[in-house]
Amino acid sequence: MSEATTVGRSVLARDSAHEPQDGNGSPASRLLHTEDAAAEPSFTDPRCDEFLLLNKLPSRAAHRTLRAWWEAQSWDFRAESGWDYERLAEGLAAFLGVHAAMAEGATLRMLEIRRGRDKSGASEKYDLIFKPGDVVCLVGPTGAGKSRFLGDIECLAQGDTPTGRTVLIDGAPPAPESRFTGEGKIVAQITQNMNFVMDLPVAEFLKMHAESRALAAPESAMQRVLEAAISMAGEPFGPETPLTQLSGGQSRALMIADAAFLSPKPVVLIDEIENAGVDRTRALEFFVDQGKIVLLSTHDPLLALSGARRLVIRNGAVQQVIEPSPQEEANRVRLAALDRRLAHLRERLRLGERLDEPWAQLVGDTTTN
Amino acid sequence: MKLVTFAGPPSSGKTAIILKTLAHLQRDGRKVGVVKFDCLASQDAERFRAAGIPALTGLSGNFCPDHYFITNIEDCAAWGRRQELDLLVSESAGLCNRCAPHIRGHLAVCVLDHLAGVNTPRKIGPMLKTADVVLVTKGDIVSQAEREVFAFRVRQVNAKARLLFVNGITGQGSWEVSRLLEGAPDNAPLTGGKLRFSVPSAVCSYCLGETEIGEDHQHGTVRKIQIEEANHV
Repeated sequence: MSEATTVGRSVLARDSAHEPQDGNGSPASRLLHTEDAAAEPSFTDPRCDEFLLLNKLPSRAAHRTLRAWWEAQSWDFRAESGWDYERLAEGLAAFLGVHAAMAEGATLRMLEIRRGRDKSGASEKYDLIFKPGDVVCLVGPTGAGKSRFLGDIECLAQGDTPTGRTVLIDGAPPAPESRFTGEGKIVAQITQNMNFVMDLPVAEFLKMHAESRALAAPESAMQRVLEAAISMAGEPFGPETPLTQLSGGQSRALMIADAAFLSPKPVVLIDEIENAGVDRTRALEFFVDQGKIVLLSTHDPLLALSGARRLVIRNGAVQQVIEPSPQEEANRVRLAALDRRLAHLRERLRLGERLDEPWAQLVGDTTTN
Repeated sequence: MKLVTFAGPPSSGKTAIILKTLAHLQRDGRKVGVVKFDCLASQDAERFRAAGIPALTGLSGNFCPDHYFITNIEDCAAWGRRQELDLLVSESAGLCNRCAPHIRGHLAVCVLDHLAGVNTPRKIGPMLKTADVVLVTKGDIVSQAEREVFAFRVRQVNAKARLLFVNGITGQGSWEVSRLLEGAPDNAPLTGGKLRFSVPSAVCSYCLGETEIGEDHQHGTVRKIQIEEANHV
């Protein structure tokens, strides 16, 4: 695997050297497919076999170049396959080039959100700066503007969204061409509505994701995600468990572990994951350890108090920035104990036990354990 | 007038995302219209008209839908100019995935949805391969990990396009799409222009209404499946 990865990288390096940097030209000309003839892609890369196989094309055999291979095909085939040489060359170059392009993880040192305006047009009071490892909570009623705030970060707003906010990456506006692409996005999302829809065992899927990142050691990356996910989930599962059979808590745990260790996105947005049967404190630790900026849209007391800051959003704007007080911090510790206690009760129910001891005994002393 | 082609498999969310996107342009004072190409039936024109968007419906019926598209798009564009539109969107379903309604010099958009599975990008051909913008819908209900794998698979067949995740229900991403449509080429020539991908070369007896099965009834350009006898499992 690592050999193929290296090859993929070198191909891209070659490709990008050839391709002029998206320079002048109107936005439209940059957007449209250019008609210039594709350079002859490498035909000695073993990944060419994968490309041919995928497109149900005859094998590479002993041919050293794509043109030689194409010309060796029968006239019928060339006329009827739906391909022509230029399209093949372009397709193959795209296929070979994509690997390393996806591998480029965005590194981010600082995310800045410059103030915009609220729904009535009044200026916001805060400019915000987020750094790797920051955990920031967003609170406010439905319709207050939480989604819009997150939307501004997602599209790297440049004063051109309804809120007028400006997002800066490492102190500068993002490159215009990175703004309107999925890959240019810096936010990974985990929401309550998300599911795994793929019918694959956990390990196979993780491997697929690791491969798409062109990681040097997909096997060990996969192992790390799996271990992290299992450590967060209430009930264990294995590499052979089909994704679609995971419980709500298990799949949420897997999504969290995957976003922490396999996703290239430097910002993670978590939208309401309470009640999912996931060790939330540990989930946050994974993100912080991986240097992610974590945005939590939540009213779960334990999670909301875990953030270094709480943004109170009302009427379309950040109205207040709260840093937890020492008392809140002390309360968070007690809430965490309460949370563990509840998890323990859930576990006992799962084992078929009764919860019929006196209340004080049942709840225990929440300052310990 | 700008002409933009939208193509994608049936029920991938084309109409929903077009509606959300055009709403942004309408707010900016642009006059927008839609022509919907389909095979047998479509109720989408009413949805567009309800949103204050002039809409045409073209049903190909017994004709090959892609041939029907290319023989009618000029008339539709002329209609759009008579309506004094700033932007005409042509929407067509992917149908057999063999062809693509994308025209050189005009912005081409392909709409896919995450629920179709990660192998879809490899199956749908020129409609995706030749697009300038790829919109992937329904991402709100699949995991981030699957979204990333999907994006990778799209990239493997089209490395050049802008790839955006959008949501036709909430409108997430539609503002970005509207900016891309604003940047589409204006008044690009249509007559004398070229499709990005050829339509099928075949004309056979079944194209002309034949319904009977059997070699005696197969005339014209016919292609036979290659069966490898040694291939038994």
